[in-house]
Order: sequence, then structure tokens, then C-alpha cells
Amino acid sequence: MPIFDLSHPADLTAALFPDLLLMGGAMVLLLWAVWRRESAAHQRTIGLASIWLCVATLGAVLYMLFHQGHVTDGPIAADSFRFMVDVIVLLGTIAALALGIDDNDRMGTTTAETHVLMLLASSGMMLMAAARDLMIVFLGIELMSVSIYALAGLNRRSVRGAEGALKYFLLGAFSTAILLYGIALVYGATGTTGLYEIHQRVVELQLGSSPLLLIGMALLLVGFGFKVSSVPFHMWAPDVYDGSPNPVTAYMAATVKTAAFAAFLRVWLEAFNAEIGTWHRAVAMLAIATMVVGNTIGLLQRNVKRMLAYSSIAHAGFLLVAVAAGSMQGASAMLFYLLAYTLATFGAFAVIVVLSRGDAPVTTEDLSGLWTERPWLAVAMAVYMLALLGFPVFGGIGFFAKWYVLKAALQAEEPQIALAVTLVLTTVVSAGYYLYVIMVMFMRPRPANSEAVTPTPGWTRFVMVATAAAILILGIFPDQTVRYVVRGTPRLGAYVPPVKTAPARQAALTH
Amino acid sequence: MLPEALFFSAVLFVIGVVGVLTRRNAIIVFMCVELMLNAVNLTFVAFAQVYGVAGQIFVFFVMTVAAAEAAVGLAIIIALYRHRQTVNLSNINLLKG
Amino acid sequence: MERTYLPILLLVGFVVTNAVAIILISHLTLRPRPTAEKQTPYESGMPVLGDARERFSVKFYMVAVLFIIFDIETVFMIPWGAHFRQLSCGTDLVAGVCPTGQLSLFGLWEMLVFIAILLVGFIYVWKKGALQWD
Repeated sequence: MPIFDLSHPADLTAALFPDLLLMGGAMVLLLWAVWRRESAAHQRTIGLASIWLCVATLGAVLYMLFHQGHVTDGPIAADSFRFMVDVIVLLGTIAALALGIDDNDRMGTTTAETHVLMLLASSGMMLMAAARDLMIVFLGIELMSVSIYALAGLNRRSVRGAEGALKYFLLGAFSTAILLYGIALVYGATGTTGLYEIHQRVVELQLGSSPLLLIGMALLLVGFGFKVSSVPFHMWAPDVYDGSPNPVTAYMAATVKTAAFAAFLRVWLEAFNAEIGTWHRAVAMLAIATMVVGNTIGLLQRNVKRMLAYSSIAHAGFLLVAVAAGSMQGASAMLFYLLAYTLATFGAFAVIVVLSRGDAPVTTEDLSGLWTERPWLAVAMAVYMLALLGFPVFGGIGFFAKWYVLKAALQAEEPQIALAVTLVLTTVVSAGYYLYVIMVMFMRPRPANSEAVTPTPGWTRFVMVATAAAILILGIFPDQTVRYVVRGTPRLGAYVPPVKTAPARQAALTH
Repeated sequence: MLPEALFFSAVLFVIGVVGVLTRRNAIIVFMCVELMLNAVNLTFVAFAQVYGVAGQIFVFFVMTVAAAEAAVGLAIIIALYRHRQTVNLSNINLLKG
Repeated sequence: MERTYLPILLLVGFVVTNAVAIILISHLTLRPRPTAEKQTPYESGMPVLGDARERFSVKFYMVAVLFIIFDIETVFMIPWGAHFRQLSCGTDLVAGVCPTGQLSLFGLWEMLVFIAILLVGFIYVWKKGALQWD
């Protein structure tokens, strides 16, 4: 078992190995991407190499997940929570890269850097999952966001893409500034940016009612609220999702949300654990508003991408329920939910990649009678919709994901009856649009003037088969999956003393 | 010194927020965001007087990240300008619903 | 504390009074007799060549943005330079010098890694042709 003393640079580097592998690999691929002239073949090569890099990183993450040693307290965590989030992020990245190869071909995009940008965004997300210091949280968020601003505006010929990118950029920068001001005020109240040290100071100095800390926490909540697109900070999501290229939208809806929730949960449970009475009500209110608004507006959408955008807002509400539970159980329920949600979202967007024509949005009209023309495509889409809905058996792990969140809410120290009831009721409402998609595909006739659906490209087929199979198979054995996810709870407030306190650190403490 | 600096940075931050929420020109909105970031920097520097160097290091990171963000953001604004010949946010309305 | 700022205040006061005085005096002593020649931007009679608000080539923008990105990175090199001695010692400094035999290359390697990352960006920009003017 390795021992990481994070006050030593060498150990810190070793503990960050998967993240550094991905970043270093991304830089090599960046140079490789620019070394040859732009061509469709080169774009595919770089995409394939990026997928292999992610697989290698996934290997490193899994190795570290199963060989965890003694890790001292430091700016980064090396716990199961971090590695489980990394696994979900990397699975999402592989799916996004695979869809990206095909979607680039479809749109005639030949810039190979798109894949590299995705790798860089993912390394930022892995940093967010690892961060135990607000400084690292900020750097991770920005590494992710700046890459995704560029990805959102990837399609330079599309006006809609440029508009979506601008909206995403302006609101993203705005939310980052709010988040930063929150960090500054928390730093002002406690004198530190380390998550666990913040917790310690709050308890020791009894800062519970310090106005600086409370305003800082409120601003952090608003900042994270923007990042996870919770109501009332959700206005950007549908427009941005609609305008961005399909794989990037899936990536934003699933993987970005995973990373944002990971950082959100860790900050809230590690730094402000003692303040749970203060923030709990606010998070619960956000959760209820997000579930209600996301699901009801989702009913009105006929553009499938916008519908999925509102569905993703609604899912942010369900995930906030897990955060509001404020327990280890809530944290593992959140991870399991994120896994299920990532699989279903990428599957659904794979179907959209197949149905998309040029820059035009895919509507429920395009789905009408899909069963008669491409039965397997319709069946796969039905599985994803049922998984997002949380339907038993046919929805696979989607059902168990909701079930565990519900269980965490009810078994929290203070049972969250209101949240649980809203979760169940809004899930019933969401059936209105998920089942509508299925109804349209299987019961409506195919419009006479509709074009034939293009054959499914190889990588898209791979994503669809893999996600659908994973959803169904993991739905049969949820216990086995949960066993691994339960390992993935953050060490809430558990302080591991340094093996040997470094002089610099001592000096900083006594100073 | 600390209360004055905090008050001044809070005022600066609020000016930035109001600017973002009320102005319709994408470039000015972006400048207001930069104003907010500088208010944050000022807060960090003010607190660094009390707590030591960590706040100043944070300022370095905020500055570099803001520069990277500015580069990407201005590129996005130029890309949109080429399509629409305007940077007025009221005219940017293709995506709705 | 207040004393040290006094000269600056005096300077600011002088500058403001001076500026206000010049504008006021010229305003009060002015007897306007406008002619067509006097209304031109350059009263010496030089003809105007064109509008000042012409469009700039996007290349200027490229160079400016690249400059911002690479320029701001030096912000990390200044504190690194100021603390290079501390970074090069395996242990704490004793009277500003390393105890014998405790030198390490840690500080140097850190900066080399940092510059290598910048270099990747630079090579990318170069290969992409963003530095090509024509």
C-alpha cells in the first residue's frame, strides 16, 4: 500500500498521476494534431488516439481506486469518491469522443483539436473531483470551462452555435466571478482555502454566524447553482444545449454536470459540514424549484435537444436532493445517479447524432414512426428514455438511481419528506415527455415526406450498444455496482495527519 | 485599511453585477465581468494582509485565468460578429423557447 | 503615513488647478470668429486623409490575444525568481544560504516544466500559422 505524504512534491505528483497523464497526453496529442494538415482521416486518427489515452487514464484511475493507501491531508484528495467520479467522467469522455468523431464527419469538421479540447476539459473535471482546496476547485472549473467555451463555438459556420457559445461564455464567466467572490469571502472569514481547514476554523472559532462566511457561502451556492444549472440559474442551459454540436451538448449535459456536482458536494460536505443547518434549507429549496420547473417546462418542448436540456435541469434537481441529504449515503446515491444519468444521456444523444441533418434541430416529428423504419434505433431510444424516467426493469439502473436518492433523502439524519414527495411527483410529471417520445416512435406513422434515416456510423453504434447494454445489465445487478459506489463516499471531515510535518507547513501554521 | 478595501471592492463588484445584468453590448458585459474579477482580486489582496501570502497567490491565478478567458471570449464574440454584424445581445435571439 | 502622501496630493492639486485654469482662461479670452478653414480638424491646412474609424485587419487581434496569453504567464516567474533560493534548498534556509550539501534542483525543474507547457502552446500557435503575417 502506498503512503502519500502530500506535503512532499513527489508524493503530490504521484497522487495526481492519472490527471497528469491525461494532461500530458493531451499536450502531446495537441502537437500531433497540428503537425499534419487538417483532413477527415487525421481527425479520426486523433480521435482514436484520444480514446486510447482516456482508456489508459481509466486504467490508472482504477489501479489507484483499488490500491488506496494512507494519504495525508492536503490540497487534493485521493479517496474513492474522487476515483469514482473520475471513472464516470472518463466513461463520459470516451463516449463524447466517439460521438465526436462521427459528428465531425457528418458536419464536415476536420479540425482535430476538438478532441484535444475535450481531453483538456476532462482533466479539469478530474482536478475538480480531486480538489480539497478552493484554489484547486477554481482552477479545475476554469480549465474545464474555458475548454468548453471553445467547444460550444466549435461549428464556426453555424450562427446558432456562435450564439449558444456566447451565451455560455458570458454566463459562465459571470458565474465564475460570483463563485470567486464567494471563495474570497470564505477565505476572509476563515483565513484559509483548504476545505478541511475551513471546517476546522469554523468549528474552533465558532464562525457559524459570521456575516462574511454566510455571504461567502451564499455566493458559492449561487456560483455552483449556475454550474449545475439549477433553477433559478438555469436560463442558459436550453439555449446553449440547443446551439452546441451534439456530442458537446451530451458532454455538457452529463459529464460537466458530474464534475460540477462532485466539487459541489465535496465543498459543501467537507468545508461547511458544521454549517449544515444553515445551508440545508437553501439547497432543499433549490432542489424543489429545479425539479418542478425543469420537469414542467420539459413537457412543452418539441425540439428533442431542448427537451433533453430541461430533462437535464430536472435531473440536477434530483441530484440536489442527494446533496441536501447531507450524508455519506447521499454522496454514494449521487454517484450512482450520475453513472446512470451519464449512460442514458450519451445514449440519447447518440440517437440524435443519427437523426440530425445539417444544422437543423431534431424534433419529435423526426422521431415519428421510427419503429417502422429503424426498429433497433427506436428500441435503444426507448431504453434511454425509460432510464432517464427511472422506469423499473426496462429502465435498468435508472430506476435504482432514483430509488437510492429517495432512500438517502428519507434516511438522512433529518428525513427529507418534502423533497422525497416532490421527487416522486415530478418523476410522474416527467413521464409526460419521456413516454411521449416513446409513444411517438412506436405508435405514430412515419410522415410520408420524411427522408430516410442515414445508416448509423460505427462509433455511434458502439456508444449506443455499450450504453444500452450497461443500463440494462447493471439494472439486473445493481447490488454489485452499488458495492463499488458505496466505497466512493468522501472522507467527510476525517483528518489524516501528515506522516512527517514539513518545515514549510509548520512555519505557515505558526505564522 | 481592511474595512475600506472590502467596502471598495464590494462596491466594484456590485457595479460589475449591475453592468452584466443591464447592459446589452456583449463586449461591455464582458468588461463588467472583468470588473467583478478585479473586485475579487482586491478582496483577496486585502485579506492577504491579514492572513498571509495565500490570497496573493490566488490573485495570480485569477489574473492568468482571466486572460485565458478573455482570449477565448473575444474570439467567440468576433465569431458571432462575423455572422450577425452586431454584438448587441437584444439582437441575439435565434435560440428561444 | 499621511505625510508620505502629501507630495502626491500637492501634485494632484496642482495638475487639476492648472488644467481648469488653462481651459477657463482660454474660454474667457476667446473671441470666436469661425471660418471654413478653422473648422477643419488640422487648422494648419493639411487635408484629412480619411476616416479614423477604419477596419483593422484581424491579424492585429490575433497578435494582441496571443500576446496577452503569453505575457501574463510571466506573473508566475516573478515570485518564483524572488523565492528561488528557498526552492533550491532541501531544508530551511540558514541566514539566507543553504546549509552545505543541501542544494536541490526542485525550483529549476518546476520552472522548466512550466516553460515546457508554455512551449507546447507556442509550438502549436507557430505550427498553426497564427504568427504568419502574410
